[in-house]
Order: sequence, then structure tokens, then C-alpha cells
Amino acid sequence: MKLFEFEAKNLASNLGIATPRGAVASSAEEARDIHKRLGGAVVVKAQVLVAGRGKAGGIKFALKPEETFDRAKEMLGSFIKGENVRKVLIEQKLPVKKELYISIAEDRMNKCQTVLASRQGGIDIEEVARTHPEEIARRHMDPVYGIRGYEARDLALNLGYGGQQLNMISDLLTNLYRLSVIYDCELVESNPLVETQDGRFLAADLRMIIDDNSLFRHPEFQERSKEPGAELTPLEAKARENNLAFVELDGDIGIIGNGAGLVMATIDLVKYYGGQPANFCDVGGGAAADRVASALGIIQSSDKVRTVLVNILAGITRCDEVAKGILDVKKVVGLKKPLVVRMVGTNEEEGRRLLETAGIKPLIHMEDAARLAAKGA
Amino acid sequence: MPILVGKETRAIVQGITGNQGSFHARLMLEYGTKIVAGVTPGKGGTKLQDVPVYDTVATAKDETNADSSVIFVPSPYAKEAAMEAMDAALNPVVIITEGIPARDEMVIMRYAREHSTVIVGPNTPGVITPGQSKLGIMPGNVFRPGSVGLASRSGTLTYEIAASLTHAGIGQSTCLGIGGDPIVGLSFVDVLKMFREDSGTESLVLIGEIGGTAEEDAAKYIADTRYPKPVVAYVAGKAAPPGKRMGHAGAIITGSEGTADNKIRSLVAAGVRVAEIPSGIPELLVRKVQAVR
Repeated sequence: MKLFEFEAKNLASNLGIATPRGAVASSAEEARDIHKRLGGAVVVKAQVLVAGRGKAGGIKFALKPEETFDRAKEMLGSFIKGENVRKVLIEQKLPVKKELYISIAEDRMNKCQTVLASRQGGIDIEEVARTHPEEIARRHMDPVYGIRGYEARDLALNLGYGGQQLNMISDLLTNLYRLSVIYDCELVESNPLVETQDGRFLAADLRMIIDDNSLFRHPEFQERSKEPGAELTPLEAKARENNLAFVELDGDIGIIGNGAGLVMATIDLVKYYGGQPANFCDVGGGAAADRVASALGIIQSSDKVRTVLVNILAGITRCDEVAKGILDVKKVVGLKKPLVVRMVGTNEEEGRRLLETAGIKPLIHMEDAARLAAKGA
Repeated sequence: MPILVGKETRAIVQGITGNQGSFHARLMLEYGTKIVAGVTPGKGGTKLQDVPVYDTVATAKDETNADSSVIFVPSPYAKEAAMEAMDAALNPVVIITEGIPARDEMVIMRYAREHSTVIVGPNTPGVITPGQSKLGIMPGNVFRPGSVGLASRSGTLTYEIAASLTHAGIGQSTCLGIGGDPIVGLSFVDVLKMFREDSGTESLVLIGEIGGTAEEDAAKYIADTRYPKPVVAYVAGKAAPPGKRMGHAGAIITGSEGTADNKIRSLVAAGVRVAEIPSGIPELLVRKVQAVR
């Protein structure tokens, strides 16, 4: 789950991480008032979850409160990379001396958190990694001992700081690491982390991504994680309420299957045969009738879906349960779109019999089913 | 000689009295797996399907001489369950549990390095050596004994492809899921090393998916070592959009990393034939094996 910049900064400030003075606004009037309180020049920042908003017009400077009003008015309700802007963050403009980069990210290969620090901040870190790999210092964190003072100091040296600033950077790194641990973050990233002209360090931007698998131990995020909006489409939010793994796509062929890999392969196959998948929906292993029914219900409620493809390879799942789920939907609300079913495995005969009685003929091979669905069934 | 599990394997099931644990303990027993004990704290002294249940892994091991473990313990408790298995020197430890926080998985893997324990998973269907033993949740009937080693990041897609191999008359030596999470124990490279030494495995199938670099790392290893056995592959998620998690915690394209295209390109460059559709695997395998001979 991604946090908005203002949410991340609130959590960071509570741990003593310096961020620019500012506040979040939902209206242009509020934005203007915040500017009046802050005084001086400010920056108006669209609160969106997609990265790279700066280039898309989501970061603007303003000298006077009236300007802030205008910038906020333009941004609020607009779309940045497809994402609706509902809040703007108004912050004091910093006297920047240097822009740095610091992140703490899940490192799959080394099976730990890895800190990246670079003197080249404020730009795309992947670009820096490509063009100036020597400009990025890396340090793998021990998952038990965490960041040690000398490791943080070593990174500070790599960033080119000594004296009092060495300790300031290493304290900052230690606090960012604590932030990452306390909230089970997949990513904590400050880009840029600003060195001001008077030698202080502030997280001018801050991104946090929370590990979804850790939400059970973070009651503070549980409601937030189910809200439709920036991260979830209304359909995805509805699916999440029903505990389905669901991703909305651009096409018109609804997809339901059991197992993430099988569903991905089904989507690929539909595309291979010229169709456009409308979604990814994994009902999971051992799916009972009600899960299949809720998946089918959600997918056929979408206007853009023209055909639905169900692909079940039953191991722990039982075909008769899947058939019952489909028939429940048929009985209660009716099947509103042409349906292609591929179903093999455990209790196949019983499942097949149930569906055939209702006039649905399940297929054996997923290729055949995908080809049929791609043609519009 | 299979890898990881075989006829002699004596396993315990951690979380044996739970829904999943009891259901799959029964199926593993039916398949012929030697499930010698179960562990559920507070249920010690009871029995499940004639399998004795203990309160701790250490007592289960002492009483039954078990050598490996399959974990079904719910995600909040899975980290400690894995550590308990490692403290009792069980090896391998297969973690079926889905939804374990990545930070807990990092601790598990660090502990595994210290203990020289092989961890399969988490979020894996497990390991099966057809006709001998299975430590996991896969439907046994789609597998047949043979000489193809199979490693995958997915469950049902593995059954799909294993079934197509079996249907084509191609049996398997050992099949395993390395797990669908970002942080897992055994990697494709580790599995390639094991199959390399296994005289019972003549060729390999790798089933990858978007996210991370496990497939690219495997491709590099295959190229660098001039891997001596034929390898074919399938990669799922060609149509997946970036930044979206496709069911598995680990199946996500982040920035420019983890795309199916990049994985396929790396594998092809290493001499691995990559099937366009899952049902293409058996034919590719036959052709590849013939080409080598």
C-alpha cells in the first residue's frame, strides 16, 4: 500500500525526521491560507501516488498566496498520469544547496533491506544507476541487527560529508531505517533529500510503500488500505472487500481463474489469440462456490466486460464447487455476458454434469477456452 | 536419485490440526509420504489420522526421528515456526504459508543461512518427487515418475504444465515451487545447481513470472556455467501492467525491473528455449533433448 507524501511526512516527523514546514489542503482557499501562515515562497505539490509527478506538472512554486490559490485550483480535480488530484501539499520553499537521494528498499536478491544513497538526487535513480553507477553507495542491512552507527557513517562519508554533518546524516539514516522497520515498509525513499544553504538536511520528498502482507499487524492502516481512490479502482476495491486478488485492465474479456500464475498465463493467452483482457482475478486455491460467485458477480457488473472466461485447474479446488458458484449467479441475478468455462481436475465429472444440465459446456484445454473467449465467445 | 525429498524422507507437519494442515496431511499420507508427526502447540498427546501430535518440534523430532518439515502455520506465526524447525535441525523446511510479511521472511532466510537449512518457499505448493513423496499441496495425480526436473514460481500453472508433460508421456524427477513471494529461500539458481548434480534428472523446465530477477539470474548462471542439461522455460505475465501486483506478492513490475520480456530475452540469450504458450512446453522439451543428443 502506497502512502501519500503528506501521510509519509507526518509519520516521519513523529520520529524526528526533518521535513519542510507545511500543511495539506483540499481546496484552493485552504491552500491560500496555509501560504499566508507559512509566509515567504512556497511549493504546491499534488498529492498523488504515481511517481514522476514533477514532469507531469504536479509541482509548482508560488511567491504570493494568490498564486498559491491559482496553482492549487489548477491542480485540484485535475489528473496526473491518470490519477485524480484530491489534495495538495503546501510547503515552504527550501534554500537548496544540494539535492541528495536516499532509499531503503526490499532487496529480493540479497534477502534484506538495502540502503541506497547518492549525491545525485532529485532525478530518476534508475537513470543514475545506468549512467553513473559509481555515484550510488549501497549497504545491505542485517534484518536482525538493523542499521549500525558505523554503517550509517560510512554512507554519510560516501555522500561526501564530514564533521558535524557526518553525524547529522547518520542520525537521519538511522531514523529513516527505524521508520522502515516500524511500518514494515517495502520502500522508504527521499528524493530529493535536501541540504540547505545553512547546512541542514530535510526530506523534501518522501515516499513510503507498506508491505501489504504486514497489514494484519498495522491496525492504523487497515481501513485506509480498502479505500477506493488513488490506488484502487471501484471494482478493485469491491473485489478486495471480498478478499479476491483483482487487478483491472483495459480490455473487454473478464478473466477468473485459480492461482496467480495460471491467471497471468490465461491473460497472456487471451492476448496471444487477439483478445483484450478486462481484469486479473484469482479466486485462490480451495475456492468454494461463494468465492467464484462473488468474482463472477463483480466482473459481470462491469459495463466494459463483454465476455467472461473462467479457467479452473482444480487441485485443492473442486470443480463441483466452482460449478455451483456459477449456477448460483445464474439463478440469482442471471448470467449477463457470454461465458466460456474451462474446468478440469478434482471432481471434474460432477462439476461438468452440473454445468451441462444448465446448458454450459465446459472445455478441457485452456488454449481452446482462451481462443473462444478472444473471439467473443 | 531425486532432489530434496524421496522415499526415505520423514516429515513433520507444523500446524497439522488446522484446516489446511489436516486436509493436506491426509493427502500427503495417501500419496505415500512418510508424515511421522504433527506439531500444534496445546494439542500434544492427540492424534490425527494415526499421526501423533506434539506441542513442540523438538519433542516431535526426538520421538519420531523426523528429518524435514512442512509448515502450514498462519502467517503471523510462521517466522517462529520456521525458526523452531531449524533449531531442531530439520532440513529441508517447506513453508506453504501465504502472506508472511517480507521482513519476517528476511529473518527466516538469515536464520537459514546460519543453520545451513534449505528453505522452500514461502508461498509455495511444495516439493514432489513423483511416485515417492510429496511435501506440499499439489494434486499428486498430475505427476508421473521420470527424468524432467521442474521448478516454478507458481502453483496451479505448475500443475497445468506438469499435467501436459505427463499427458505427453514425459515423467518428472522432482517438481517444486520456489514460492511466489519477493523473499524466498531456494532460488532458480540453487535449484539448477541441485538438478545439475542429480543423476536422475536429464532435462529441466523453469516456469517463471514477472517481478524480481530470478529468471535473469538463472539465465546468467546457465550461460556462465555452460549448463550441461537442456533447459526450457515459460514466463507468465507478458500482458501484465507495470506497478500492479498480480496475485503473488512477488509478481510485480517495479520501474524497469521484472518484465516478462526482459526475462524471456535473458533466457533465450542463454540458449534456453522459451514456450510462447504453456502447452508448448512438452514439444519444446522433446526437440531440445533430441537436439542435444
